[in-house]
Amino acid sequence: MMHVKLTSRADPAHSVPMLRTKRVLAGAMLMAGLFALPGCITVNAPEDAIVIELNINITQEVIYRLAADAEDTIEENADIF
Amino acid sequence: MTRLKFHRPVLAATLGAIALAGIGTAALAQRDPAYDAARRAGQVGEQIDGYLGIVGAETPELRRLVGDLNIKRRALYTEKAQQATPPATLEEYALTSGCLAIERTTAGEMYQAYSTKAWTRRTAAAPDRDPRCP
Repeated sequence: MMHVKLTSRADPAHSVPMLRTKRVLAGAMLMAGLFALPGCITVNAPEDAIVIELNINITQEVIYRLAADAEDTIEENADIF
Repeated sequence: MTRLKFHRPVLAATLGAIALAGIGTAALAQRDPAYDAARRAGQVGEQIDGYLGIVGAETPELRRLVGDLNIKRRALYTEKAQQATPPATLEEYALTSGCLAIERTTAGEMYQAYSTKAWTRRTAAAPDRDPRCP
């Protein structure tokens, strides 16, 4: 029986020690990240309610067109106005 | 044994009167006394957007009152906006109604002023409204 072998076998998994410069860089980044962390949670909600202006695109023309109808609606439903 | 006999014209007139009374009360429905009192006390005011708002300290009663009325207003605006020709959006109809509701406030009542967006007491002078208002 013949054994079939690959011509060039893959290297087994191994770890290579980190270069000194890379190690220093990684450490610096970790420290920077740790220092930045408290900064992430200092965002405070505004005290006043946020008002989203949905009316900005409503034209005067539309308001004038609806005015007579709205006037009738208010008069017919005086209990809620 | 006697049977009740209805005079046709009398019966028709009675039913007609009941129907008219029903329509009459529906059209003339007035503000609930609690709402009327809150308005006059300046505890609730008319906002620019066509809804009511609480002025000053909120109480569970005011929240319920204003919330209830605003739900009814929103339903009404939605219905009327769809029925308009051409149909309008809820926001368009509500803003238009807000213009008119602010105009209809009487002296002493509160409304949201356009230039400051702050609650303002209505005086005999014209209210500070959006320039787009009719």
